[in-house]
Amino acid sequence: MDGLRFLPRRFWIALIPILYIAFLLLPIWWLISMSFKTTNEILGGFSLFPQTWTIENYMVIFTDPTWYSGYINSITYVVLNTVLSLAVALPAAYAFSRYRFTGDKHLFFWLLTNRMAPPAVFALPFFQLYSAVGLFDTPLAVALAHCLFNIPLAVWILEGFMSSVPKELDETAYVDGYSFPRFFVTIFLPNIKAGVGVAAFFCFMFSWVEMLLAKTLTAVHAKPIVATMTRTASTSGYELGLLAAAGVLTIIPGAIVIWFVRNYIAKGFALGRV
Amino acid sequence: MTVELRAVTRSVGGEVHIHETSLALKPGGFNILLGATGAGKTTLMKLMAGLDRPTTGRVFMDGRDVTDVAPQKRGVSFVHQFFINYPTMSVFDNIASPLRVAGLSKADIETRVGRAAEILRLTPMLKRRPAELSGGQQQRTAIARAIVKDAGLVLLDEPLANLDYKLREELRDQLPAIFADRGATVVYATSEPSEALLLGGHTATVDAGRITQFGPTPQVYRDPGNLATAGVFSDPPINVAAAVKSGDRVTLDGGLTWSAEGAAARLPDGRYHFAIRPHHVSPEGGTGVPVTGQVLITELSGSESVAHFALGPATWVAQSPGVHPWRVGEPHAFRIDTARGFWFDDNGRRVA
Repeated sequence: MDGLRFLPRRFWIALIPILYIAFLLLPIWWLISMSFKTTNEILGGFSLFPQTWTIENYMVIFTDPTWYSGYINSITYVVLNTVLSLAVALPAAYAFSRYRFTGDKHLFFWLLTNRMAPPAVFALPFFQLYSAVGLFDTPLAVALAHCLFNIPLAVWILEGFMSSVPKELDETAYVDGYSFPRFFVTIFLPNIKAGVGVAAFFCFMFSWVEMLLAKTLTAVHAKPIVATMTRTASTSGYELGLLAAAGVLTIIPGAIVIWFVRNYIAKGFALGRV
Repeated sequence: MTVELRAVTRSVGGEVHIHETSLALKPGGFNILLGATGAGKTTLMKLMAGLDRPTTGRVFMDGRDVTDVAPQKRGVSFVHQFFINYPTMSVFDNIASPLRVAGLSKADIETRVGRAAEILRLTPMLKRRPAELSGGQQQRTAIARAIVKDAGLVLLDEPLANLDYKLREELRDQLPAIFADRGATVVYATSEPSEALLLGGHTATVDAGRITQFGPTPQVYRDPGNLATAGVFSDPPINVAAAVKSGDRVTLDGGLTWSAEGAAARLPDGRYHFAIRPHHVSPEGGTGVPVTGQVLITELSGSESVAHFALGPATWVAQSPGVHPWRVGEPHAFRIDTARGFWFDDNGRRVA
């Protein structure tokens, strides 16, 4: 132990979180490192850093429509889903927060039970239903399917944020002469904008990472990036570097979105009830 | 503006909040709703504002039936007990908001907001957000927003209840002056009898969802028409005891007896309720029927002393100026100025 004395105590205390974070970041580093390697190098042996740096993998993704259209499709249905979910959840959450009606508590709880079944359960009915009505293989199909678990979540989050706004604020606005829509847009929404941001983030996130429904409900035209990315071999054999590059690009949107709501995430996880 | 509730009731989910009530407010004056928390004051004000709809009965303003008119179209202002402002707007925008909705010109809005801010001494804070203000300033902002649009009916729901003592006194002194020359009918809810007496005007006493009496404040105080009103309009709580009158003598439950005087002497024999305000029960040296009771609690509130003492089966309260050498657990002598008491029949109606 004598040999370790020269390092300050603070160093040893900091060492544990540093190791932990390094451990967490290891797969991400591995992915990034792989994305800059050639497939031969990846298969050839063990190396922490690419021996020969290449951006070939990224070039392929940005130029080959079978790759970049995956991102476009994913972004399309994720944004579509986020907008749809919020558009439905905002009035629903307002009703749950402000009005008492028969069965309101049961209905509110029932909403959340929609999240308790694995999405796989719904893959078959959605597939059959959307095929029958001609929605199959469109971004809208995936966006609607994801509403199944995103709307309840958004309602729960928004209801929490809305209930922390006193009902007297609504009443004051009505007495001041605000119509309901004007009050809702100009006074109420700015008050809960953090909640809207967090709800939007969760919708975005869950829709972005969900793979099973997205894969099942699309074939060619609306194929999401997660589907493209998870094929391990193609006609040109193993393309591990390419897949790694696709993985890196898939992490980025989530990282960007999380940056905007970083201060409110904890409250979001508590469904707005902090 | 004249405001009238005609036989209104309000029930929520089978629970009666307001029993059948009729009330015609004194137009252009201070109307005080006095009652304990949960008595129904806020509900009555919401019925007037149109924020709640009466279950039965109608609401009239300036002779027009407004029962189905939305709060936006009634020309009323409302100040809540909790400081309610629009958190995302500056103080200026808060005060200006009713005028903006009404579509006034920019210059007009600026002069009127400026005037309201001056009256409520908010001029230096106009650019700040409500959250950056003290509680008193926040409530003054809410009051400024209520007066800026010159509503015919201004509803103030315990506006000073959540302010500290000093601010409360200051604002309470200013309020009647602020509304005096506006011609608005003001409704002011409070749970404190002393506040009602300080503000004057007219008072409606509210008890368990009913208005028990309405009239000029001093008159309601001096001449409560029923036991509920006497109870609501007394702080500390009024002393009440069951009493029997027989011949020229009255005997309280517990044995205290004296010869009936004044109006009480003319009452027919029978059972009554005798009620007397705590400040008519004085320590030894005052006037009235002498009693001795064991002191249970003593309090000093301002320059007044309050003693709770056991008398017969009940606890009585005596209130008198100055500090008294009452000791808890020991018997002390008091005098009950029985001539100042009220007599009520078995239904709580005032008889003497």
